[in-house]
Amino acid sequence: MPEVTPISPSLATAAQRRFWRGLDELEGAAPREVPQDVVTFEPPRLARRAFLGVMAASAALAAGGCSRAPLETIVPYRNGPAQDGYGKPVFYASALERDGYAIGVLVETNMGRPTKIEGNPLHPASLGATDIFTQAAVLELWDPDRSTASLRNGAVDTWPRFVTELRERVIAAPDGDGIALLTETVTSPTLHDQIRTFLEGHPRARWHQYQPVNRDNVYDGSRLALGEAVEPVYRFGDAAVIVALDADIVGALPGAVRHARDIAVARRGATRPTIHAAEGSPSLTGALADRRLVIRTGEIAMLADALAAQIGGGESSAAQVGGAAGGAAQGGGAASGAPQVGGAASGVATAALGADARAWLDRVAADLAAHRGRAIVVAGDRQPAGVHARVHAINRALGNDALVATREPVAFDAGNQGDSLRALASDMRAGRVTTLVMLGGNPVYASPRDLDFGGALRKLPWSAHLALHADETSAASTWHVAAAHALESWGDARAFDGTVAIRQPAIAPLYDGHSAHEVVSVLVDGNPRPGHAIVRDFWQRRHPAGFDAFWDASLRDGIVRESAATSRASVLPAPSSAKRSAAPAVAASSALAAVPTAATTSAPPAAIATQATAAPSATTAAPAVRPASDPSSATGAIVVELVLAPDPTLGDGRHANNAWLQELPKPLTTLTWCNAAWISPRFAAAHELANEDIVELRTASATVRAPVWIMPGHADDAVTLHLGHGRTRAGRVGNGVGVDAWPLFDSATRAIVPGVALAKVDGRERLAAAQTHHRMEGRDLVRLVSREEAARCAGSGCTPAREREPTESLYPPFKYDGHRWGMSIDLDACNGCAACTIACQAENNIPVVGRDEVLRGREMHWIRIDRYYEGAPSAPRTLFQPVPCMQCEHAPCEEVCPVEASVHDTEGLNVQVYNRCVGTRFCSNNCPYKVRRFNWHAYTRDVPALDAQRNPEVTVRMRGVMEKCSYCIQRIERARIDADRGNRRIADGEVVTACQAVCPTQAIVFGDLNDPASAVNARKASPLDYALLAELNTRPRTTYLPRIVDADAAPPPAQGGAPA
Amino acid sequence: MAQVFSSRFTLLLRLGAIAALAILAAALVTYRVNARGDAVEGAPVDQPVPFSHKHHVGDDGIDCRYCHVAVETSAFAGIPPLETCMTCHSQLFTDQPPLAPLLAAYRGRATLAWNRVHDLPDFVYFDHSIHIAKGVGCSTCHGAVDTMPLTWRVASLDMQWCIACHRDPAPNLRPADRIYDLHWTPPSNQAALGKALMAANHIRGPDVLTSCSTCHR
Repeated sequence: MPEVTPISPSLATAAQRRFWRGLDELEGAAPREVPQDVVTFEPPRLARRAFLGVMAASAALAAGGCSRAPLETIVPYRNGPAQDGYGKPVFYASALERDGYAIGVLVETNMGRPTKIEGNPLHPASLGATDIFTQAAVLELWDPDRSTASLRNGAVDTWPRFVTELRERVIAAPDGDGIALLTETVTSPTLHDQIRTFLEGHPRARWHQYQPVNRDNVYDGSRLALGEAVEPVYRFGDAAVIVALDADIVGALPGAVRHARDIAVARRGATRPTIHAAEGSPSLTGALADRRLVIRTGEIAMLADALAAQIGGGESSAAQVGGAAGGAAQGGGAASGAPQVGGAASGVATAALGADARAWLDRVAADLAAHRGRAIVVAGDRQPAGVHARVHAINRALGNDALVATREPVAFDAGNQGDSLRALASDMRAGRVTTLVMLGGNPVYASPRDLDFGGALRKLPWSAHLALHADETSAASTWHVAAAHALESWGDARAFDGTVAIRQPAIAPLYDGHSAHEVVSVLVDGNPRPGHAIVRDFWQRRHPAGFDAFWDASLRDGIVRESAATSRASVLPAPSSAKRSAAPAVAASSALAAVPTAATTSAPPAAIATQATAAPSATTAAPAVRPASDPSSATGAIVVELVLAPDPTLGDGRHANNAWLQELPKPLTTLTWCNAAWISPRFAAAHELANEDIVELRTASATVRAPVWIMPGHADDAVTLHLGHGRTRAGRVGNGVGVDAWPLFDSATRAIVPGVALAKVDGRERLAAAQTHHRMEGRDLVRLVSREEAARCAGSGCTPAREREPTESLYPPFKYDGHRWGMSIDLDACNGCAACTIACQAENNIPVVGRDEVLRGREMHWIRIDRYYEGAPSAPRTLFQPVPCMQCEHAPCEEVCPVEASVHDTEGLNVQVYNRCVGTRFCSNNCPYKVRRFNWHAYTRDVPALDAQRNPEVTVRMRGVMEKCSYCIQRIERARIDADRGNRRIADGEVVTACQAVCPTQAIVFGDLNDPASAVNARKASPLDYALLAELNTRPRTTYLPRIVDADAAPPPAQGGAPA
Repeated sequence: MAQVFSSRFTLLLRLGAIAALAILAAALVTYRVNARGDAVEGAPVDQPVPFSHKHHVGDDGIDCRYCHVAVETSAFAGIPPLETCMTCHSQLFTDQPPLAPLLAAYRGRATLAWNRVHDLPDFVYFDHSIHIAKGVGCSTCHGAVDTMPLTWRVASLDMQWCIACHRDPAPNLRPADRIYDLHWTPPSNQAALGKALMAANHIRGPDVLTSCSTCHR
């Protein structure tokens, strides 16, 4: 192991600290609990006369300004709601899309206003849970920056005039010559049918698909391996071994919410699966993994080759496919076609890998071999096609077909979208496009900048862009057509397994918005048709018999029964399958089929090519630091591998104007309102970089400056930068937040950019990290147990973890005759996705405070995700801990409130009575868990348009009031009143808190502690159940179950810096 | 010993004290009058259409629930949709000027905005359905609306008034068949009756009913 310099001298003494939250804490230099620069209030210096003047003015204002509050009015419905909807929420089953893939939802509406999204338990991608994007969709709906009207060259214009112009252009080109349609990934059967009809009628028109976060590599990889594009659909619930090669199974892969559930259920079961992860950029899956290997993202290809060799290098199935790394090394040309024998390529690859990689590999190979047919190997979407082909071969070789179904692609016409966009751009530049219709997306911002799509777009004689916001692309188009939000319009979409969900609106369009279906209906025959008619007619043609019953059932359930994609191996084309229908239509796909890997395996990452070919001589331990003779080192620049990833909360940038997502502490970093260049601690030490330093990243074509964030567990000599920031026309929230990384995104190198020059430049930028706020001073807060110990405790063979809990108290005990609420949070299930934080925000009217206030430590989230590291910064174990209010039995907050605004109720809740609170903040100071939030300003008065989003069952707090988690008391009260009307008790499971409902892994369980049969009591009966800071005798009602780990997979200790 | 304060000074002092008291009293009165957000107790509230509960309930005998349909199932009793009015008024008095705003609203040309008579602060979460289910009748809070040509408020609706009943609900409980009786008065055996209803309806004790979270969220 190479000798490395510790991050700082004091790190060596921090060895006894087991868990740490940030590098500064590990070094003992964490900022104080109260930041020094919070507020320095200087009393204004007033002369006596001025003082009297101010007093007189305030007295006059107080006297004159007080008048009777205006009478409120109440406006009746014209026709009453069909259901029992007066004053009660009504839920509509619908579907929302993430990168084209549907997740089924139930939209809660109050008095006709969509206020909250819940998961649809019947939908396979949801099973009742959702993710952060789904939760935040409701804020997007009410976003006051949304387009309220269509624009023609920037001036307000109308939909009918747009329809007229478009119709004329289509009529003028009867064969479709010069007409191009650009969509995002289309998974909507109805939209695909419409487009197909249009293309059949206008054979020379072209349809292009481009989504910045797409599955090109996955589809191309399966074309390499299997000869056709297929959608791999995984059954993680039945796997004994899961190997993630740079794949964020629970965070980013389509179906992530479902995968998280399957894995969590399996981990609770008798045979706990082992998860191995190899990645360069830390991800949620890496944090969840039992064994995580830190390896540069670009080296995953070698790892895949080496794995294939170990599994069965001689096997024909693996050997048929060219080595992934080999393919990459050869560059575009022949690539996979060469029947490279896996063994040979892999031998090279294995030799080039580091010692830790080989150790990981041995372990993984042994695990896989021991669990043939019960393992899943997954490659991440950004890995080149060769890796995906390799992984297909590995899964085949292991006989994992039962767990890795290969189905018809979810996206219709699954061509290579990168090529498709490039073809469109060159057509545009060559003047072959005269009419361009863009349905959604934002290609001017979110596309490879070498294509200069914006420049090409501005030169077009006529273009139209359908979008929610008048964004960068709209500004470069002739027409911006205001789009209807997904919650306002009809549609349909397929989930990761192909199941179709009908999207029904929960509200009529707020503005003059129109859907993609309506625009395409103009293309088809010149007549705009309402979205409802289009979608309904399509399904009526599909299900002519018993249509009404089918339609009603589909809308009610939120899924179209029996619509999951068919397996590619057994059944081929369904009536309107992509393969048959798209043949005349799609510009790019024909070119694609011929040279499937030209673009997808991408140009050879230079550094990796060097490594792979020079492998025999490379010293295996060397973590591939560039040779000193590298030309750029002369100029002080360091050469790194750059990974460009969609932002964890903003995606490809489409959510940039969503304040909830901007302020949500990003999983792993807890950064808000910014992006940063992630580097490894060792890299930072070697090049004297600190958090918030600015570095310049330079590729051949672009230069971007970004602040640095030192990311424990990141690969050395690599940088991860997130896309989606630095928008210029996102809206008032998103404009200018963070750094735009898209200029570095090149259509040749794409997500993994080798040979990027990094140089430190002057200046610093403060990053609003929530990491050091509300910390708990290094006490024993997260706990780990080994797999064996956990198994023993499942029986009766271990002592309870509550040994330190005092039993005596000065305070008299409360008596609870009725319910006694409590919560249990399973740290072994929690994967840190932060869906609970956003769900809580939506449910409880929690305001957004902005970057400056976050810097002061004033974020308002009622449930936060604490993140801890264990072990060496180079490869630590990552742990997540959601922390809501503990609802203590002996609550320190209650004792210090001078006005009894913080009181115990008869069911054990610590309630906060807003109308009593005078804002002394004593309670917050006395809370050992730091879960109380203070309204320093009138945060909720800022945007009146958002009033409609607010939950009418929860008080909107005013300035000067303390607030905190209430265990969703409004949901308790709703259940209580419903039960009490029938003179019965609230049944177990009747009250589901917002965080519990949204949790993909069911980590959170809430219920009545007085009910011996309740689910929460079952959880708390475990001897492993523990309370935070039990020694303080606060007796929290929220308790935790520890994370379960492999005893022999402990990370290297933090002592002595960072051993690899 | 000479007087410490001159008589003139003492007069000023007294006048000053009286003035201070007067200002305080005026401030209190102003506060009492102005702090009331909603309609003044006991005063009829003007409405865009002079709807008379006296006529509809008292004379015509329409049940409360004909219009306030959700009172047994929801927190909100429900302001009747315009189509409820139109069940009769599409035929009756259609040409009367006072009904013009209703017809205009029904035809979609305007909004009919009733003035609220009962308006609780936004941090109070009152639920009609549970009060009805537990034996609190309409008239306990709303009075005999069948005698009101224009509706007014009969109770203060301030917290003290709410809490009084939550501390001791028994005197205000009635049998289920008398809930909508607008002229119910407690019978002579109300003490025993109330106690029996408390048990029968599973009404919890005052410690629970006066818990902050019962009404505030």
